[in-house]
Amino acid sequence: MSVLRIFIADDEAPARARLKELLQDIAGEVPSEVVGEARHGLEAIELVPGSAAQVLLLDIEMPGMRGLEVARHLAGLESGPAVVFVTAHDRHAVEAFELNALDYLLKPVRAQRLAAALKKAAAARPPDGEQLARAHGDAREYLSVTERHRIVLVPVRDIIFLRAEQKYVTLRTKLRSHLIEEPLIALEREFEKRFVRIHRNCLIAREAIRGFERAAPSNDEPHWMVVLDGIEERLPVSRRQWPMLRELVQDRG
Amino acid sequence: MPSIRQNTFSDLLPDFRNLGVIARILVAVNATALAAAVYAAPSMRGAVERFIENAAFLEPLLFIEIAALFALSRQLGRLSHPLGCTLVVALAAALAAIYQGALSNLQSPAAMARSALFAALLAGVLLGYFQLHVKAFSPALAEARLQALQSRIRPHFLFNSLNAVLALIRRDPKRAERTLEDLADLFRSLVSDARHFVRLSDEIALLERYAAIEQLRLGERLRITWELDAAPSDALLPPLVLQPLLENAVYHGVEPATEPGDVLVRIERRGDRVLARIENALIDAEAERAGNRMALDNIRERLALFFDAEARMDTRAEGGRYRVEIDMPYLTRARTAEG
Repeated sequence: MSVLRIFIADDEAPARARLKELLQDIAGEVPSEVVGEARHGLEAIELVPGSAAQVLLLDIEMPGMRGLEVARHLAGLESGPAVVFVTAHDRHAVEAFELNALDYLLKPVRAQRLAAALKKAAAARPPDGEQLARAHGDAREYLSVTERHRIVLVPVRDIIFLRAEQKYVTLRTKLRSHLIEEPLIALEREFEKRFVRIHRNCLIAREAIRGFERAAPSNDEPHWMVVLDGIEERLPVSRRQWPMLRELVQDRG
Repeated sequence: MPSIRQNTFSDLLPDFRNLGVIARILVAVNATALAAAVYAAPSMRGAVERFIENAAFLEPLLFIEIAALFALSRQLGRLSHPLGCTLVVALAAALAAIYQGALSNLQSPAAMARSALFAALLAGVLLGYFQLHVKAFSPALAEARLQALQSRIRPHFLFNSLNAVLALIRRDPKRAERTLEDLADLFRSLVSDARHFVRLSDEIALLERYAAIEQLRLGERLRITWELDAAPSDALLPPLVLQPLLENAVYHGVEPATEPGDVLVRIERRGDRVLARIENALIDAEAERAGNRMALDNIRERLALFFDAEARMDTRAEGGRYRVEIDMPYLTRARTAEG
């Protein structure tokens, strides 16, 4: 068996030290080297893509970004690591792992369990995004754009609108726009608290709605355009969505 | 000394759909009827006959009364206690009068009034009995709650601490030993008798043990400032009032942050009051509110159980800091919750 490249993400230094100790203990059975460590979720997103790690030991309870969301963003990588989750106590997460056939270890970790999990992970493919999304259950705090060896995170709270364009979805923040490869319908479901549909192909952030303008193109019936905070662009509201939007704005006073 | 409040449980009408309540009503009314028969009859034999005679009148009425209370139980339960009692008594009297009236074709108003009075009196006595019954049980309830409050600890903390100790054993066995001793002390206080006051100095020692464990896990991420010079070590307070607050401060103010977090612990005496303040960085206001509320409610309840209205706890989020402040009387005499 070749040497397994391992990345450890845990916010507690003693926990990382303990895992390294255990990896040495089982080196006879599963030879491995630690190719990187991260002290919180965002650091893992930053460092894992360039680490060439084959297995990621990923703590669930981490500051910056929790383990499950980290895994969801990493799932977009072309040759990402297999993931073994590690948790001290998260009954909810453990149930989700069981349901979705994701591998996990409980802290304190036993050497034998670690060896078994690594052997399994060495042969396994990285978990796929949908499996992780089901296990996560929550809405993400970031959307990610995956480049070859880099993951660019965009905070969901910065997003003004999401618009489907053929194969991609354009994601617009105040400063720039990105293309992501996720179906708009799934995004609508995941972020229904934050975004509202204004058109067959477009979701806008509820918070960003500043008002509505009437537009009357010469050869068409007049219709409504939404005015958004932070950007110049006006977006058309479909006749079907208009009554619901009007109510939404009236409720807000 | 008013140390344990009981009004949360005792100010409730009995649940008229509860089998135990129904059984108690049946037994009490029939026992009263039997006693009345024994008293009124010239001989034991006559008493039995009279009881049976009365029962033919009484049992259908009793059945109607219970059926009515059963049906109205939910509505009555929503009323205030005095109003609920009044309505139950009035209902009992009215049903008895109507029942008597129906039997005698409204021919004897005096009998109707007597039946109504009898029913009203019995209903009143029974309500009083149920009230006492609930009161007799509520100290046990309060105590059970007290113990439940105390035995909570975050499993997250326990397993992570054990994990941290495991990481220490080979590199720093001495520190590993100390940490296990700290953990043992912490757990001992968690399972100890919750009904007695503890000395502030002991509570502070507990805080320091807890802090040492967290320090091991979190390293330089956790920075605690202790301001304890003016803390009266002989002051008495309920057990485990401060430690959960520090635990909350770490859990909400340090662990979710990628940068180091400052926690302030200040305890001081001002005249006949003891003020304790624990402060942490406000990371996620929403999570803080949700996760915190239960722990805070627990502590508030415990303060009330020991000090009644004399202690206060306030929380405030401002300027990026979250602050909990306890203001309690400076007590030095031993008093216990049974007192």
